[in-house]
Amino acid sequence: MEETVRHWMQDRFAESIVREDNFRGQQSFYIHPNALLEICEALMEDPDLDFRYLADITSCDWLGHEKVMGDRFEIVYNLYSLSRKYRFFLKVMLPAEKPEIASLTPLWNGANWLEREVWDMMGIRFTGHPDLTKILTPDDLKGHPLRKDFPLTYEVPQFTWNKDNPPEVIR
Amino acid sequence: METRTLHINMGPQHPATHGVLRIELEVDGETVIGARPVIGYLHTGIEKTMESKLYYKAIPCTDRMDYLAPMMNNLGFCLAVEKLMGIEVPEKVKWARVMLAELTRIKSHLVWLGTHAIDLGAMSMIVYAFREREMIIDIYEACGGQRMMTTYFRIGGLANELPPDLDKLVRKFLGVMPERLTDYEKLLTHNPIFVQRTKGVAVISAENAINWSLSGPMLRGSGVKRDIRKDEPYSGYENFDFEIALGKNGDAYDRYLLRLEEIRQSLRIIQQALDGMPEGPYRAHVPGVVLPPKEDILHKMESLIFHFKIITEGFKTPRGSVYQAVESPKGELGFYIASDGTNKPNRVRVRPPSFINLAALPALVEGGLVADVICAIGTVDIVLGEVDR
Repeated sequence: MEETVRHWMQDRFAESIVREDNFRGQQSFYIHPNALLEICEALMEDPDLDFRYLADITSCDWLGHEKVMGDRFEIVYNLYSLSRKYRFFLKVMLPAEKPEIASLTPLWNGANWLEREVWDMMGIRFTGHPDLTKILTPDDLKGHPLRKDFPLTYEVPQFTWNKDNPPEVIR
Repeated sequence: METRTLHINMGPQHPATHGVLRIELEVDGETVIGARPVIGYLHTGIEKTMESKLYYKAIPCTDRMDYLAPMMNNLGFCLAVEKLMGIEVPEKVKWARVMLAELTRIKSHLVWLGTHAIDLGAMSMIVYAFREREMIIDIYEACGGQRMMTTYFRIGGLANELPPDLDKLVRKFLGVMPERLTDYEKLLTHNPIFVQRTKGVAVISAENAINWSLSGPMLRGSGVKRDIRKDEPYSGYENFDFEIALGKNGDAYDRYLLRLEEIRQSLRIIQQALDGMPEGPYRAHVPGVVLPPKEDILHKMESLIFHFKIITEGFKTPRGSVYQAVESPKGELGFYIASDGTNKPNRVRVRPPSFINLAALPALVEGGLVADVICAIGTVDIVLGEVDR
């Protein structure tokens, strides 16, 4: 199956593949962000491949590793074929200045919350998402916690002894 | 006459929401026409915390996500790190992990059964379910010393040797459980109130279930044959003989029957694991990565040095990213670890099954009655600790 997918990708979307990676038996393709929706749709509709199951969408912040990785943000699409029992990854690198990519919600309902989480935690904008709002963090929290430049912090809880001068966030 | 729809809040302090889940409902009389789950009340930044910890020290974070199935989370994370490091664990570890993971599945399903039944008005069920759950917790206690947050699985093996009375405890459990399952069935399966509250409620078709990325009992309840234990075997599941339980109609009643059947299949697996438990070490021998056994630390210089080094500075991982999925009681629990070659993960992503299953809640409740929302939340089987992480 691994060969089939690789041939299929190279036949149809050779110009969109930035690079390939195979680590511990897991195949991934780094693709060009503009081709994402088209590739996913084709993967979904091809009866021989049948990648109808979007297992996960996640993101990584490679701040400080841009030279190796190519860009700062990495979005990982985890696709699974239920009939062929095969999993592989589509990955997209996005620049630090304007991380933006097409939403997969037109294809998968399941992408809705996954993309909302990536937006909330990593600050990647998904164009065409119907409801790109915060999902996990409080409404008044500024920033995107999973970014590497967002420090691990804690907030001093308000007690009677400090209620008059509200505590600042300690960083 | 002017008519309008009503917006009401269900939760976050509602006992039937199983934690702090809020649902903004839009109702037209008794009919739900819109639902929007609001989550995040329990967000503790576990993924961010794990980034700042050595691989060993990130294991306790995993228990605290799905606190009803702690060993399943340990297993997923340990397998992911083992995959990243290329560690092969001894046979005995695999079998012990399978046995404890299946006990965890039963434990989680029992809590689900008790709470789901109490939501629907069968008050006594929870007492019986928790009685059997207690036996599993006793097994946990014998193994790792902890009753809930076990952290018993470690990278490359187990925290300590399996306890001598494990065999007795598990056999005792295996002896009583089939009979108790029959009792549950007597209480619920043909109970007219329970059947009316669950049959044809919270229905989702197979096609929709796949499109919503559902997993676990939510997906199998609609008749999709998908079980990671069979499809992508891990930790030696290919050695065990069991069936995948399947539903047909994709409603709450089918998922109830399916989970009971899963308990039966888990009992089969536990029996096989217990009977065939191989002898051997309880940790892999990988110097510098896997902690040496405690006896060696007390007697051998090298082991003591390795122990000290692993605890203080951890181990270096190769650069790359791995994904390891396990079939948790709630569905596909995946750990995606991206490593930058240092001793701490650059990113740990948990694919939380309850989070993704909960996303489909609007599809389950829209068009139904307000009272059925309770049934729908119950049948999804969420743990808010995992939804919010």
